[in-house]
Amino acid sequence: MAQKPRIGVYICHCGTNIAATVDVKQVAEFAATLPGVVVARDYLYMCSDPGQGLIQRDIEEQELTRVVVASCSPRMHEPTFRGAGRQGGLNPYLVEMANIREQCSWVHSDRGQATEKAKWLVASVVAKSALLKPLEEREVDVTPGAVVVGGGIAGMTAALDVADAGFPVYLVEQSGRLGGRMADLNRTFPTLESVAKLMGPLIERVQTHSNITVLLNSQVTGVEGFVGNFEVTVSGEIPNLQVGAIIIATGYDIFDPHRKPELGYGQYPNVITSLEMEQRLAAKDLTGSGKAIKSVAFIQCVGSRDAQVGNEYCSRVCCMYTAKQSLQVKELLPDADVTVFYIDVRTFGKGAEEFYDEARATGVRYRRGNISEVIRHNGRVALIGEDTLLGRPFDFEADLVVLAVGMESRADAGDLSNLLKLARSSDGFFMELHPKLRPVDTAVDGVFLAGCCQGPKDIIDTVAQAKAAASSALIPLLRGVVPVISETALVDEEWCAGCGMCVDVCPFGSASLDPLWGVSRINAVLCKGCGACATACPSKAIRLQHFTTEQIMAQVDALVG
Amino acid sequence: MKTKAMTEQLELFGCIQCGKCTGGCPVARKTVLNIRSMIYNMLVEPELDVKAHEELWDCTCCFTCVERCPKDVRPADLIIELRGQLVESGRIPETIGAALMGTFRQGNPSGMAREDRAAWVNGTEVKAAQEGCELLYYVGCTPAYDLRVHTVTRALARAFTAAGLDFGTLGTEESCCGNEIKRMGEAGLFEMLVEENSELFRSVGASRLVTTSPHCFNTIKNEYGLDGIEVLHYTQLVAALIEQGQLELSNEVNKKITYHDPCFLGKQNHVFDEPRAIIQAIPGVELVEMDRNRERSLCCEGGGGRMWAEGTNLEERLAFQRVHEAAETGAEILAVACPFCLLTLEDAVKVQGLDEQIQVMDIMELVNLSLGEE
Repeated sequence: MAQKPRIGVYICHCGTNIAATVDVKQVAEFAATLPGVVVARDYLYMCSDPGQGLIQRDIEEQELTRVVVASCSPRMHEPTFRGAGRQGGLNPYLVEMANIREQCSWVHSDRGQATEKAKWLVASVVAKSALLKPLEEREVDVTPGAVVVGGGIAGMTAALDVADAGFPVYLVEQSGRLGGRMADLNRTFPTLESVAKLMGPLIERVQTHSNITVLLNSQVTGVEGFVGNFEVTVSGEIPNLQVGAIIIATGYDIFDPHRKPELGYGQYPNVITSLEMEQRLAAKDLTGSGKAIKSVAFIQCVGSRDAQVGNEYCSRVCCMYTAKQSLQVKELLPDADVTVFYIDVRTFGKGAEEFYDEARATGVRYRRGNISEVIRHNGRVALIGEDTLLGRPFDFEADLVVLAVGMESRADAGDLSNLLKLARSSDGFFMELHPKLRPVDTAVDGVFLAGCCQGPKDIIDTVAQAKAAASSALIPLLRGVVPVISETALVDEEWCAGCGMCVDVCPFGSASLDPLWGVSRINAVLCKGCGACATACPSKAIRLQHFTTEQIMAQVDALVG
Repeated sequence: MKTKAMTEQLELFGCIQCGKCTGGCPVARKTVLNIRSMIYNMLVEPELDVKAHEELWDCTCCFTCVERCPKDVRPADLIIELRGQLVESGRIPETIGAALMGTFRQGNPSGMAREDRAAWVNGTEVKAAQEGCELLYYVGCTPAYDLRVHTVTRALARAFTAAGLDFGTLGTEESCCGNEIKRMGEAGLFEMLVEENSELFRSVGASRLVTTSPHCFNTIKNEYGLDGIEVLHYTQLVAALIEQGQLELSNEVNKKITYHDPCFLGKQNHVFDEPRAIIQAIPGVELVEMDRNRERSLCCEGGGGRMWAEGTNLEERLAFQRVHEAAETGAEILAVACPFCLLTLEDAVKVQGLDEQIQVMDIMELVNLSLGEE
């Protein structure tokens, strides 16, 4: 570009987020003195409509050829400001951001020094912006269809929504049947509906849906590609699935109470898990032997909220299913003594607190104090603990003890996480992209999460999340195209010696050597713009667009010069 | 006492008042000791009147509370710190004062003469570690002085010799390890012992140190920081000697035996399998388990300085309950691997009139029987 660049610089206050620590006026005044800058302004919120309007008007009126926005992280608002540039008639890649919030105002307290640092950051980006080149915005076609991994309530719900929207769905289930863990339950809270009645028609719909292919006894063994065009390999009949999106709904493991030996599970036959209790409630035989029962005790938080077993989180369902089971016991045996030992009772869902009220009104006794140990006592078992409200230790004899076992991330979660490069949070569950704003997205575009694979949740929340995951997966499927980044690597064939270093370092498999010409070729669709090849290339034949050596050096020079 | 600094130092804020500590505390069932409520006091009140809590001396430091806490709070550490406050202000039971004084003057909490510390040897072949040895046998105070425990110390020396180990003891130069001293709240004396003992241990040049008592084992292994010296309890060493064929147990002991896990070996150091492996290596033995075993073993009430302090409830001893549990298994022998457990449980067997039914023996006494006549 022979023409001298005309640069506009926009300093954002971000309310007081930036302005409280950085003297934005001073930064704007400083920016106006930088080479090529024809206009420099500050504004309360650059990302607001009037803020973006300022930029658009300046592009037209001041004939700007570059825009620099000094505000938050580009992860936050780069798409916003590139969009503003596009609206104003500028190639979006001629808009660049300086991060003076996360990397400056939020982490410093000295106003004078923070202001100086903000100036340097702006100067550096202005220097780079002068050398920016317009890039073409690109899109690729999407393969219509989705893979849903996991045939429980989450997977089936998500599969039905995607299939109902008219796209083929492959439902990959590891076991030999649909229904997942929910199929092992008897009744649901807080409505006491029969699980069989809820689940039967759902499984029927999945199995007969013309758009759904159910793959039982199948496991995902490999995933290639990217959003819009995934190639999923599966063990089983149809080994190769071409789809545009993937929904993970692999569920959870149940905490194994053998890991709390003090609770006597496996040692005393009348200490059982809540899952075993579901079966006994279904059979209406609580002892499993027809024997009479006078006292049933429930122990909460087994394997949850417990650093001793490495599970620091609350499993979110145990308080409610215990209330449900205690009510069911009262229904079967109105004269039985039913006691729940708890730390805190958490009944946060719709109708949940009312359900807990009902359990107490029916005569279920709640005692605060979690059980430390279960021992044999007078031919029964005794729960050893302290009533923390009375401040009094007790031995509590019972005929049946139900351990409210929590949820854990699946033991095989690591395998899937490796295949898909899915991040996991410290609790072992798959990590959503943002806990509030992107709850079903993952760091891998086109891969979405549904149900308990992301964290413990009840059926109500699981279904809601499954429907959210389906909606999100439908965005690329319905649009038919997905944007791909333009900041890809380019090979100058004149300089390429065909050494293959770029092929070795590329983590995305986008670099290869042309078998005929012996030079490197970068597949721009697969390239993620990480720059590893450009750094590795010994003859400097590879250039990463938008992050060229000249541009980076100009930034560095502005900082050290 | 102001609560803020200690609450912060011990990170008590993690407590959710679930009650697993007091619920599992064997002493809380018989005295007013309630560590959960004491933590609550620390969290919500600016002051705590330590001297009003005589029951602080009831704690046996069995560490069930620490094992059970779901939030990684260490309730027993608060007891030890609060005892420290009492020690500093001089408000301590007389017997505790005597134990501290005895340790300071004679190197053992029973205040026995230092020159008698090696009397247990009584003709057994034991070399002075000061001459240099591969294995340092740290005898410990109670095993060195208590006549009842001498059969254990001598059996150990005999087994080491039989296995051909190059071992030695510190003789009359050995001093208290300080495990109980620290838990009585005397941090200063404990640090002094650590310093002097560590220097002495290192001077011997041994690569391994083995103890009679799980209490000495616990502090030397976890609280000394002796880099380069492997610290073992005798059950670990003897189990390995048997497994490697260095110690042959040939004589039959045709007895039904149950084993009581000592808190400082089991709960606190997770040595559960080795003692059982030794018992099962003795020909003729049938090992039966009590209902509460391994990490659920009921404390004998001998730890945490309690060998030198009676506590507030003398009548209902945990050891009484424990020997009944042992007798219920039908075992003829209650095996132990700790000198304190040996003394407390044997006493309980007598007081409870169970001596016709069950006998308390240290694992080394059983090994000695199986090794045959000397």
